[in-house]
Amino acid sequence: MPEDAADRTGLDGILEALTGRFPGAVLAGAFERNELSVRLAKESLASVLRFLKDEAGFNALEDIAVFDNLGAAGGDGRFTVVYRLCRFPGALRLRLAADVAEGASLPSAVPVYRSADWAAREAFDMFGVLFDGHPDLRRIYMPDDFEGHPLRKDFPLAGRNGGA
Amino acid sequence: MELREYDLNMGPQHPSTHGVLRLKLAVDNEVVLGVEPVLGYLHRGMEKLWESLTYHQVVPLTDRLDYLASLSNNLGYCLTVEKLAGIEVPGRARYIRVVLAELQRLASHLAWVGFMANDIGAMSVLLYAFEAREDVLDIFEEYCGARLTLHGIRIGGAVRDLDAPLVARIRAVLGKVPDRLDDVRALLDENRIWKERTVGVGRLSGADAVAHGLTGPALRASGVPWDMRKDIPYSSYDDFDFEVPLGANGDVYDRYLVRLGEIGQSIRIVRQALDGLPDGEFAAKVPRVLKIAPGEAFHTIEAPKGVLGFTVRSNGTDKPERVKMRSPSFINLQALDAMCRGYMFSDVIGILGSLDIVLGEIDK
Amino acid sequence: MSEALERSPFLLTKADAFITWAQKNSLWPFGSGLACCAIEMIATAAARYDIARFGMELFRASPRQADLFIVAGTVTNKMAPVLRRLWDQMPDPKWAMAMGNCAIGGGPFPTYSVLQGVDRIIPVDVYVAGCPPTPQGLIHGLMTLQEKIARSHPTKEILDPDARRRS
Repeated sequence: MPEDAADRTGLDGILEALTGRFPGAVLAGAFERNELSVRLAKESLASVLRFLKDEAGFNALEDIAVFDNLGAAGGDGRFTVVYRLCRFPGALRLRLAADVAEGASLPSAVPVYRSADWAAREAFDMFGVLFDGHPDLRRIYMPDDFEGHPLRKDFPLAGRNGGA
Repeated sequence: MELREYDLNMGPQHPSTHGVLRLKLAVDNEVVLGVEPVLGYLHRGMEKLWESLTYHQVVPLTDRLDYLASLSNNLGYCLTVEKLAGIEVPGRARYIRVVLAELQRLASHLAWVGFMANDIGAMSVLLYAFEAREDVLDIFEEYCGARLTLHGIRIGGAVRDLDAPLVARIRAVLGKVPDRLDDVRALLDENRIWKERTVGVGRLSGADAVAHGLTGPALRASGVPWDMRKDIPYSSYDDFDFEVPLGANGDVYDRYLVRLGEIGQSIRIVRQALDGLPDGEFAAKVPRVLKIAPGEAFHTIEAPKGVLGFTVRSNGTDKPERVKMRSPSFINLQALDAMCRGYMFSDVIGILGSLDIVLGEIDK
Repeated sequence: MSEALERSPFLLTKADAFITWAQKNSLWPFGSGLACCAIEMIATAAARYDIARFGMELFRASPRQADLFIVAGTVTNKMAPVLRRLWDQMPDPKWAMAMGNCAIGGGPFPTYSVLQGVDRIIPVDVYVAGCPPTPQGLIHGLMTLQEKIARSHPTKEILDPDARRRS
């Protein structure tokens, strides 16, 4: 595993650049398991992603994951949306997290990373997270007339309305 | 009468869509103007289900994601859980996992070439490829009792040891596969019809491929040398000497060549792993009731379809809080539209085939 | 003429035997391969397990040309209406096989999106258990179906087309 000092320096540099360029946007930055994890204010998401791709060389969006924090204390919103970015070659990894409240929206990553398209639709379908500026935000797995967002913690596994 | 543009529906029941995929095609005469995949016909609610199962119970369900490469899914998930829980996998177990994962890559690519050729019309290649794959499945059956949904890699290591008779059988099969592969290559490589249907079709440049988030053999066929086994090695892959086949043109033919090349490299890796198999345990001791303190981990592997990733979040209990799967086929399929525009709609079958998608993984 | 035929059961039995022999040895599957079971179905059709020796190598892509609907894999609620329509498109006589645990009863997926068994939407003749069933298991299921067909009375349906729906 490339867990040597060079990567840490690279990641340190990224954190510094972010806090410098986007004051107030970076709420927290931590190194966990040799990965930089940054908590952002959601409004700054689009510009931070643009900076990371165009200037810091993070050319791959590996994943977008949503977590439902229902019942958990703290945080700025019910959902945490995590973007996993990677820089190839060299495999430098960065985790960006932004909280968003139920019914509120996040800026879409699609203008920066095209592969965010379906991942965002999945987030909307499964959790009801909204993305501003997404070209076509609609359900991707469930039928269009489906009610509810299945991966939310308060949605039952077997579904409602005798779904199963 | 003038011919107009029209919309054509393909699927969800179709012999060549590799599962229940629905494609909406906008065509002008026979030229494709756009392709829109409609998903969800195999959405089984896996991620939701996993939240109500223990960490161990999730493993066999991961088999059903990419069902042509179930051990790869097991490996991806187990590595993530081990990273989260801080479980150290013994050296022998890591080598056994490499053997299993590479044999699985062999089986997956053989199935792929069979399906791809069958879709284009070369049906005999399906039979040849599946016969070669049966030899590999025999090994799996002897190892863990199943042929397809294997559950052979567990949290902490593998399900059982590779004993000497099994190692000998694996070597014997590795001796046979290249001959079968030569048969397939003899039928296809310089076949005029095959080349007419695949060379120059579905081209995607390296830059476009990266922009679309493509990973796996489809990306490498466009000339981009990314392979998790080399870039972020896991499970002792950095101990082995192997090449990563690359393509030059990013067309369907190159994707075919890259996958066949990977079969050869997999055989090479398995031989090295068997030769250098260290002594020790085939698995770490992991408690049956595995409770993991709150945290989150992300890990990726190079599965036969592309980069497979898992995010696992724990909450102190023996059940995960959330498991999110990064599906390579899901991301790769987004590039289908860009690859198909301007080609004929009969090329769509070939291009879709060359992406090597599995609906179980796309729809979860 | 039907009355005349009904008065000679010997002829009808012989006709039944001939027709069922022809049907069971030339079933054309409509491979509705939905998920993992589809791969084992294809493996059964491949060289080692060779479904062709049962006359079944001709997997039809169109339901209109098929006799046997093999539901291989998980049926989701989204796919269910499609499957029902495909079944309706198949002409009589037709049979259905639920291959694999998902088709039998939802398999390992008691979730919001999975139909808990394909027999909720189509009448199933044979259930082949397994996750996935091995090719040997599938062949055993096909042979069981052949025995079921051998016991049926197609002449009754020819003489009285509503018989199948009533029985």
